[in-house]
Amino acid sequence: MTPAPEHWLVVPIVLPLFAAVLLLLLERIRPAWQAPISLVVTLAVAVLAFRLAAIADTDRIGVYLLGNWRAPFGIVLVLDRLAALMLALTGVIAVASLAASWRLAGRGPHFHAFFQMQLAGLNGAFLTGDIFNLFVFFEVLLIASYALLLHQAGGRALRAGMHYVVINLIGASLFLIAASLLYGVTGSLNFADLAGRLPALPEWDAGLARGAALLLLVVFGVKAALLPLGFWLPETYGAAPAPVAALFAIMTKVGIYAIIRVTFTVFGGDDWMTEWGHPALYVLGLLTIVFGAMGALATKRLVPLIAYLVLISSGMLIAAAMLGVAALGGALYYLVHTTLAVAGMFLVVHAIADQRGPRADRFGNGPPLVQPTLLGVLFLIGAVAAAGLPPLSGFIGKVLMLQGSGQAPSVAWFWAAVLGSGLLATFALARAGSSVFWKTHGMATGVPMALGNRAGVALLAVAGTLLFVFAGDAARYSLASAQQLAQPRLYAGAVMSQTPVSPPGRTSP
Amino acid sequence: MTEWLFASAIGVFTACGLWLVLRARTFDVVLGLALFSYAVNLFIFAMGRLTFAAPAIVQPGTQATLANYADPLPQALVLTAIVISFAMTALVLTLALKGRFVNRGDACDGDEEKRFEDVPR
Repeated sequence: MTPAPEHWLVVPIVLPLFAAVLLLLLERIRPAWQAPISLVVTLAVAVLAFRLAAIADTDRIGVYLLGNWRAPFGIVLVLDRLAALMLALTGVIAVASLAASWRLAGRGPHFHAFFQMQLAGLNGAFLTGDIFNLFVFFEVLLIASYALLLHQAGGRALRAGMHYVVINLIGASLFLIAASLLYGVTGSLNFADLAGRLPALPEWDAGLARGAALLLLVVFGVKAALLPLGFWLPETYGAAPAPVAALFAIMTKVGIYAIIRVTFTVFGGDDWMTEWGHPALYVLGLLTIVFGAMGALATKRLVPLIAYLVLISSGMLIAAAMLGVAALGGALYYLVHTTLAVAGMFLVVHAIADQRGPRADRFGNGPPLVQPTLLGVLFLIGAVAAAGLPPLSGFIGKVLMLQGSGQAPSVAWFWAAVLGSGLLATFALARAGSSVFWKTHGMATGVPMALGNRAGVALLAVAGTLLFVFAGDAARYSLASAQQLAQPRLYAGAVMSQTPVSPPGRTSP
Repeated sequence: MTEWLFASAIGVFTACGLWLVLRARTFDVVLGLALFSYAVNLFIFAMGRLTFAAPAIVQPGTQATLANYADPLPQALVLTAIVISFAMTALVLTLALKGRFVNRGDACDGDEEKRFEDVPR
């Protein structure tokens, strides 16, 4: 008997988890084996993620019942188009980040184990079908991210890390309050079951459930760095080592994924969400774009500059996702692009900082780079991609979002924010580039870009190019994902109708 | 009466925790986080409804409804939440200790001046 394809859903979570345990064990006996094993596991998970995306592309929603319990009672893993997209993106970023860590990994203990834990947490957060396990996987990926962030921490990184940890712990507490409030009101934690029960609640309970939804949006807003909650991001990302910062490019996208999941899949049937929730998130998204653009212009260091570009893209994605199905489709395309671009930019600017001696990533007069041509070209390509200029895929993403944004008068603000932030980001990057590459004195003393770092950047560049060459297919997939999200009944139906498999030799219960 | 006591306990924990978290020293923040997690754990527990002397495991002979039993799910959730918050408190304490030695101070509001005040070197 061949196992059903649903069984593969658990592998992207379980494989890195086991690998993490194995890597901890090997750390004492065979430290040299760690990096190859970690890379093989990450590659396997990435390949599997693309296979799962191919399954999701047949419009089939995969449901895996853990422990063979029927849906609302047991834990489920659900693979719809959005989850598969995020898994595949995580796979690419993880492989690139791991390649870039080839040199760094020798310096600190447990890097590979924590990296695999983070991978398990990310994949779990994208696959889980109930809100409490979303909390658990958030914690898994956060604990791993704390450790990765503080991998080579000095004083500044420690303080940034402390802020990051405390903010996320408060977020976790709010998440628990929201999840238990939802359970207290509806008696369920399963996304699909919640979606079915929420519209049928009496008025008073519905108010409580909406309060819980707002709390959830606060928590996910912290992760996605939406405006009043995103001040931790530039400092934290500025303190992370290069490959970790590249991996963190996907971390804000976890928050965006969770916001989309809650507003569409869980609260999609609630008119209150479309009438109040979506416009509020739209406005917050626009304000985040403005704040990110201001920060990008104001900062005097390269790494925080890229972090502010992350903020701009976060705001843009959230604002676009609230403008209807076509804009959401464009936003999902842009999400893939911006994650790849930002991850690549983090690798490049850290390589630049490594060649500038004590000046590091601060603007202004410093020693010349060892490889000005290579890094200059990479910086130029990365800057064009990160600012979303033509001819790269970011421009296609922006066009898709703007085309899909509709005719409502309030959409003018979105156009202004998207185009204006692109312009300001271009200014900021051009100023940074000219300052770093042209204002130099003295002798070049830095180390050349490590081979692993080059491989990581090359992989992200290839992925970005493929996203551009196959833009038609990618745009079709993201539009189909948005359409699937706009019909939460498909998700709920698939989850609730999944029947447990009957064990061999026994009849089905 | 039980509900009133329970609710005000959650309220007091939350208020104290919030006040401590907003202070500018790591140690106070850690204590605040611990109090906050107590409040959250009690809240999760209360979401299973407060029952008196009701078992969580189904016994033969008694009809399996929530009128006769305590809801076991929030109890399981509370266990998970307790474990996670415990581990997190340990992690924050480690971080705070390391920060105290590396940065020579436990202020955490980013104010460079205040960091070196009255902390024994």
